[in-house]
Amino acid sequence: MPTSPDEPDPSAPSAVGAPAGAPAALEARRVVKSFGGVHALRAADLLVRPGEVHALMGENGAGKSTLIKLLTGVYRPDDGVIALHGTERAFRTPLEAQTAGISTIYQEVNLVPMMSVARNLFLGREPRRYGLVDLRTMNRLASEILERYGVRVDVTAPVHTLGLGARQMVALARAVRTDARVVIMDEPTSSLEPREVQTLFDVIRTLRDQGSAVVFVSHRLDELYEICDRVTVLRDGRTVHSGAMAALPRMELISLMLGRDLVAAQDGRVTAFAPDRSQRRPAPDDAALAELLPAGRRGRWARQAIPGDSDSNATDSGRAALSVSGLTDRHRLRDVSLDVAPGEVVGLGGLLGAGRSETAQAVLGAHPAAGTVSVDGKRIRRRNPQAAVRAGIAMLAEDRKAEGVIPGLSVRENIVLAALPRLSRAGIVSTARQDRIVEFFMNRLRIKASGPEQKVQDLSGGNQQKVLLARWMCLNPRVLLLDEPTRGIDVGAKAEVQGIIDQLAAEGVGVLLISSELDELIEGSDRVVVLRTGSVAARLDGDEVTAPNLLAALAGDGSGLGEPETGEPELGESESESAGPESGGADEGEGNAS
Amino acid sequence: MSVRTSQVPAAPRVSPEGLLETPRERWIRRAERRGPLVVLVAVCAAATIASPSDASWSDVSTILGNNAFVWLLALGMTFVITTGGIDLSVGSLYALGGVLAARGSSSGPWLAILLPLVVCAAWGAVQGILVAYGGMAPFIVTLAGLLGARGLLQALTNQGSTTYLVPAHSWFRHLGAGTWVPVGIVAALFAIGWVLMERTGYGATLTAIGGNQDSAVLLGLPVARAKVLVYLLSGTLAGAAGALGGARLGSGVTTIGVGYELTAIAAVVIGGTLLTGGYGTVGGTVCGVLLLAVIHHLIDRYLSQYGSAMTDAVNGAFLAVVVLAQALLERSRRR
Repeated sequence: MPTSPDEPDPSAPSAVGAPAGAPAALEARRVVKSFGGVHALRAADLLVRPGEVHALMGENGAGKSTLIKLLTGVYRPDDGVIALHGTERAFRTPLEAQTAGISTIYQEVNLVPMMSVARNLFLGREPRRYGLVDLRTMNRLASEILERYGVRVDVTAPVHTLGLGARQMVALARAVRTDARVVIMDEPTSSLEPREVQTLFDVIRTLRDQGSAVVFVSHRLDELYEICDRVTVLRDGRTVHSGAMAALPRMELISLMLGRDLVAAQDGRVTAFAPDRSQRRPAPDDAALAELLPAGRRGRWARQAIPGDSDSNATDSGRAALSVSGLTDRHRLRDVSLDVAPGEVVGLGGLLGAGRSETAQAVLGAHPAAGTVSVDGKRIRRRNPQAAVRAGIAMLAEDRKAEGVIPGLSVRENIVLAALPRLSRAGIVSTARQDRIVEFFMNRLRIKASGPEQKVQDLSGGNQQKVLLARWMCLNPRVLLLDEPTRGIDVGAKAEVQGIIDQLAAEGVGVLLISSELDELIEGSDRVVVLRTGSVAARLDGDEVTAPNLLAALAGDGSGLGEPETGEPELGESESESAGPESGGADEGEGNAS
Repeated sequence: MSVRTSQVPAAPRVSPEGLLETPRERWIRRAERRGPLVVLVAVCAAATIASPSDASWSDVSTILGNNAFVWLLALGMTFVITTGGIDLSVGSLYALGGVLAARGSSSGPWLAILLPLVVCAAWGAVQGILVAYGGMAPFIVTLAGLLGARGLLQALTNQGSTTYLVPAHSWFRHLGAGTWVPVGIVAALFAIGWVLMERTGYGATLTAIGGNQDSAVLLGLPVARAKVLVYLLSGTLAGAAGALGGARLGSGVTTIGVGYELTAIAAVVIGGTLLTGGYGTVGGTVCGVLLLAVIHHLIDRYLSQYGSAMTDAVNGAFLAVVVLAQALLERSRRR
C-alpha cells in the first residue's frame, strides 16, 4: 500500500550505494505546474539520493515528462521547490541545469541528423585548440567514448546514417558526462535492442557506483525491477507512492499507476457503456442517414443489422470484420494477431509502450509492419492508410490535435473532409447534400457548436472528438479503430462518446477500442486482447474480462493476485521473447509499406 | 535480476547495427557533399575542351572580377539558410551599403568603410531580434527589411536624384579596383566564414538550430543569440559587399541589387546547403557562386545574341536540376 512520499526505507536494497542519511542529490517538493488552466502537476514530490537509480513511473498524462522538464529548466514551476544537493535552485534554462550538473536524455532523440557523430557528441562543448575546434582530438575522443558504449562507428559520418539504437547511445554518451551528478533518462530504452539495453544498464551501474543519482523512466517493468533501487509513482500530477522498488509488487505498482484499488470490489459501473452486448441499441434514425450517404463498396448500410437483433451478428460472424495476423515490426510489435467480429467491441489493453497505438497504426498501414490485415475476409494487399480506408477501416487517432481535426476549418468542413470524394458527382460536391449530412451528425452526436460554420478550434475537446467520429461515420466504416477515444474530454462528452461506440457496434461495425482506463476496457469491450512489450500476453473473453484478470495480464504475472514478488522465471521468459529474431519480418514490412 | 546480469560479459560489446550505411548510401552521401565541386570542374573542363583557344586568364579575371562582391551575399545567406531561415533583405542592403559608402567617402575613406558596415549590421541585428525573440517568420521579417532598406535608400538620395560620388583620389577606390584586390578581400572573408562554420562551436550551433531547433534548446545551446548573430552577420556582409561595389563604381547607385537575394539563395542551394536548414557548407557555396559565374560567362560569350534572358533561364533550369538531384538523392537514401 502506498507509503507517504520521502519516507526513508532502510530495508531497501537502495542502501547499497546510498548512505541512508545522505542529503538528496535532487529533490522536488510539492511542485505545481499548469498549462492554460490544465493542471499537469498538482503536488509532485521526488527525492533522489546520490548513488541510487530511481524509477519514475506513471501512465500517460500523469506528469512525468512535465516533472522532468521542471527539473531540467525547460519549464519553471508555478509553485514548490526544486533542490539540488540540499540547495534550492531555480533553473531558468536547460543550460543552467546542465551547468549545475543535471544531464538529461529526453524521450525523443536530440541529435542533429546531418552533423557528424563526433560533432553531435561534443555539441556545445567542443575541445578547442587556439580558440578553434580541434577536430582531430574531438574525433579521437569521440571514438574512445563511443567504444565504451559498445558503439564502433565512423565518427565523422553524419548521425543520420546510424541505426536508431546507436543513435540513442550517442545521445546517451552526450548526456552522461563524467561530472554529471544527476542523470535523468526519459525512456532511454524505447528504441534499444535487448543487447543495447544491457550496455545501457552497465553504464547506469557505473554511474551509480561513482555516486551519481540516476532518474530512470521506462514502461518496461522487467527493466525497472532489474536496474532500479527506488521508485516514485505519479498519478494525475501527484506523487502517490515512493519507496523501495523491490518492496513494491508488480501488481501493486500497476494498480497505483492506474488508480485502481485491487481489493475494493468494483460493483458500480462508471462508464456509459451498455452492461452487455444484447442491450446495445443502434441509433433510431439510421434509415434516414442511409439515404443521405452513398452506399460504399462495403458500407454497413448495405446489410445492416436489424435494430434490437444484434445477436444476428453472431451468426454471420464466420467472417471477421477485421482479421489481423502476425503483425511484426523491427522494435515494437511481435506477432500480434487478433480478430474483430462485426458488431463486436474488442478492447486492446496494455501499459504505455506495450504497442497498442502501434498495432492500430499498423492495421491502418501507417506504421510499417509485416503481417496481414483483412477486412470481411478480404486481404488488404497494399498496406497504406488510403487502401485501408477504402477497404472500410477508419481510425480515430490518439493525438486529436496532431493527427485528427484541422483546427482552422469549420465543423462542416472537418466532417465531410474524408467523405468528399464519395459525395461528389463528376467532381462537383453538392452543398445541399453536405449540409444535410452535417446537420444529421451534429444532431445525432449532439455536437455543441454555434453552427456548422464554427471553427473546430473553438470547440471543447469532447466536441472535437465527436466531429472526428462524425467524419469517419460518414465513410460507413466496417471497422473502427479507436485510440483513446475519451482521453482529455469532459465527463459528459465521455459518456456520450461511449454511447456512440455502443450504437456503432449495434449497427454491425467492428470496433477495436484502445484505452488506458481499465473501466472503459472492462465495461466497453466484449473481449480484451492484452499486449505486453509488443506481443499478445493474454486474451480475455466474456466473463473473464474483470479488473483482477486484466491487472494480472498487464503486470505479466499470470500466477494471480497478491503474488509478492517478481518471479524470476517470468524474467527469463520475457527475455527469451524479447531476444527473439525479428529483423527478417521487419524488412518485409517496410517493403510493403513503401 | 541475476538471471540476466550473469550472462553479460564485462567487456564492451560492439553493436553490429552500429553503422547502417551501405556502400551505396555512402556513395550517395559523398555525391551530395562533393556534387557541386564535381559539376563545377566538369563545366569548366567542358568549356575548355570545347574551345581551348578561347580559355584564357582574361576569362578567369572576368569571371572573378565582375561579381566577386556579390558572392558575399551568398556567404551570409549560407549561414542564415543553415539555421533554417532566409534573408531577403541582402539585395537592398547591398545597394544601401554602396550609397552609404559613397556618401561616407566624402568625409574620409574610413567612414566609407564603417558607415555601411555599421548601418547594415544594425539593420541585420534588428531583423535577427525580431526573428529570434519576436518569434516572427524570417521570410516576413526580411521581406519587410527588403522594402524598408529600399525606402531608406530612396530617402537618402531624394528618390535617386542625388548621386554621391567617391572622391577621385581617395584610396577607398582601390579596394574595388582591378580584379585581385576585391577578389582577395572576398576570398579572405570566405576563408574566415569557412573557419566559423567548420571550426567553431558557433557553426555547430547554427547547424543544430537548423537541424532541430527544439533539441538545440534542450541541449542548452544559445539558440536566440546565435540567430540574432546570424542575421547581423548576413547584414554586415551585404553592407561590405555594397561598400566594395561602391568603391568599384565610384558612386552610390540606387538601382542595383534588385533580386540579388534570390541569386544568392540560388548559389547557396546549388552549393548543396539544404534550404530547410540543418546542413550547410561554405565550400559548397563557393562552388555554387563560381558555377553561376562560369555559366553566366559562357552564356555571355556564346549566346549573347539572346541577351540576358538566356542567363536567367539557364540559371533557373540549373537550380531546378540541382534541387531535383538533392531530392532524388534524399529519396534513394530513404529507400
